[in-house]
Amino acid sequence: MAATVAVEHAGEGVDVPRRSWGRRLGRPLTYSLMVLLAVFFVFPVVAMVVLSLQPNETQVIADQDSIWAFFPRALSLQNYEDIFARDVGRAVFNSALITFVTVGLGLVVNSMCAYSLARLQWIGRNVVIGLVVALMIVPFQSVSVPLLLIVNRLGWLDTYHVQIIPFVANPFFIFLFYQSFVGLPKEIEEAALIDGAGRWTIYRRIVVPLSRPTFATVGILQALFVWGSFFWPLMVTRGPDVRPLPVAMQVLFSDPNVPQGDVFAFAAVMTLPVLALYLVFQKWFVQSVASQGLKG
Amino acid sequence: MATAVEPMSREQRLDRQRRRGRELLQGWGFAAPATVLLAVFLVLPFILAIYSSFTDQRLVPNPNLPTKWVGLRNYRRLFEDEGFRSALTFNGIFVVVVVPLQTAFALALAVLVNKKLRFRNAFRTVYFAPVAVTMVVVAVMWTSFLNPSSGLVNNVLDTVSFGLLTPERFGFLNWTLDRNGARAAIIILSIWQGVGFQMVIYLAGLQSIPDSLYEAARLDGANPWEQFRHVTLPQLRNTTIFVVLSTTILAFALFDQVEIMTQGGPQDASQTMILRLITFGFRQGQVGLGSALGVFYFVVVVVVAFTQRRLLKEERAVA
Repeated sequence: MAATVAVEHAGEGVDVPRRSWGRRLGRPLTYSLMVLLAVFFVFPVVAMVVLSLQPNETQVIADQDSIWAFFPRALSLQNYEDIFARDVGRAVFNSALITFVTVGLGLVVNSMCAYSLARLQWIGRNVVIGLVVALMIVPFQSVSVPLLLIVNRLGWLDTYHVQIIPFVANPFFIFLFYQSFVGLPKEIEEAALIDGAGRWTIYRRIVVPLSRPTFATVGILQALFVWGSFFWPLMVTRGPDVRPLPVAMQVLFSDPNVPQGDVFAFAAVMTLPVLALYLVFQKWFVQSVASQGLKG
Repeated sequence: MATAVEPMSREQRLDRQRRRGRELLQGWGFAAPATVLLAVFLVLPFILAIYSSFTDQRLVPNPNLPTKWVGLRNYRRLFEDEGFRSALTFNGIFVVVVVPLQTAFALALAVLVNKKLRFRNAFRTVYFAPVAVTMVVVAVMWTSFLNPSSGLVNNVLDTVSFGLLTPERFGFLNWTLDRNGARAAIIILSIWQGVGFQMVIYLAGLQSIPDSLYEAARLDGANPWEQFRHVTLPQLRNTTIFVVLSTTILAFALFDQVEIMTQGGPQDASQTMILRLITFGFRQGQVGLGSALGVFYFVVVVVVAFTQRRLLKEERAVA
């Protein structure tokens, strides 16, 4: 619509009002700006993938500050073979396992707690609700040092569970589930109760299926968080056995003998699966991030 | 439900009591796993953090030196620590620069992708994509692009400025090797990674503004800028409060990218609170001192969060 208005004003001479002049140029300018911004957000990822396919390290160094960082001159998986020979597969497995188990347990534990808080009447319920709300504000970093002391005494260092168990229950996720369950129509559950269904059946057969979007949202949020987690694994993992990807990446990156091409390949291994999932489940990714706006 | 009109029979009352008893058990059963985990891994270490911040607790206890109460010594040492003061400086700079820049940038992006343009969904996808990239990877990639001599960024700057913008002439273009450059590098990549998140929040805010408000403004002869100034911005007040304060809290949590790129250097220029926390509590094994920093960090977050709640309440009172 704006474009037709602009065309009508095109021949009116110098004292065309500034607004229509702005509108005439508006479209192309807006598009150019948006494309420029898209380049800004995409170039590191494209360059990372392109350079990871270049097997010749001298060429990687030469290409990374030129246009050849964006157009592949070689399509070789040599760098990927190199890093997998350095046991990157182990770190991929560790990260995948930790993420999978944490999210799986987290979805069950947090949603069950939220269901109980939203629907069941029991003594102490209000105390737990208050606790959950209060704990939302406690940042993990501020409890990390005493927690390190605790897991150290328990002999949990260098294990999978030390990276999983503390992150299963999360007050914010309980809150998100709670909000969603409170909004479900009570009538279906009441009908099921009269039909003699137990609470567990109602939770599994009615509440969970009706709240799939919330499960997707919370699952993605928790998965992104665990997959990228760096601070805690840095303190509790020593060797490569249970080391997750971000720590393995730091080890690789800080070794001056490791070629740049390998670093880019490693970065691509960490990023591309998540980006692929993001492209497929975009709606849920965006929703999970937007849901954090509820925290206020 | 509790106010039954007809008086209940003995049978019914017994039945209700049984149901209540069952509900108590079931209620606890459902809530117990999460509650126990939160108690052990959040409440307990939180209490321990406050307690050990007043002791000289060590990570590896020395049998000859039992842990003792030291009062406020850890807090005093904290504020006397050069590194911690540098951390407060850089965290402060980071908040002051990143919060307004990123908020404005996010709002601009949200307005752009909210326009009725073709491909706007594609642009949304692209602008949001960095949020799906792990911060450690972001830091590694940008370190390569910001390499002073062989990096892409400096080469582009050199070319577009016809050789004017070089590290020799402008020290900060040495990026991670220079005090201001290191700070600038961390700020740029943090915005690159984080702005899509705020954009999505703003987009949700923009879409909740009723069209009728814009129609009314147009009838009053408001131009697009006036509409933005007098309709969009006031309507986005709560969204802005949330975005500003959540960015502030994230800014105080700054760690991953710094640990990868500079480890707080050069000369503590990019030192941060959480970097100090991991140095005290983990690398030096000083649990007492690390806990004191943790408690201080908690207080900062609480202050920010309560500011937000205050501001939002005022809004509700007005409305």
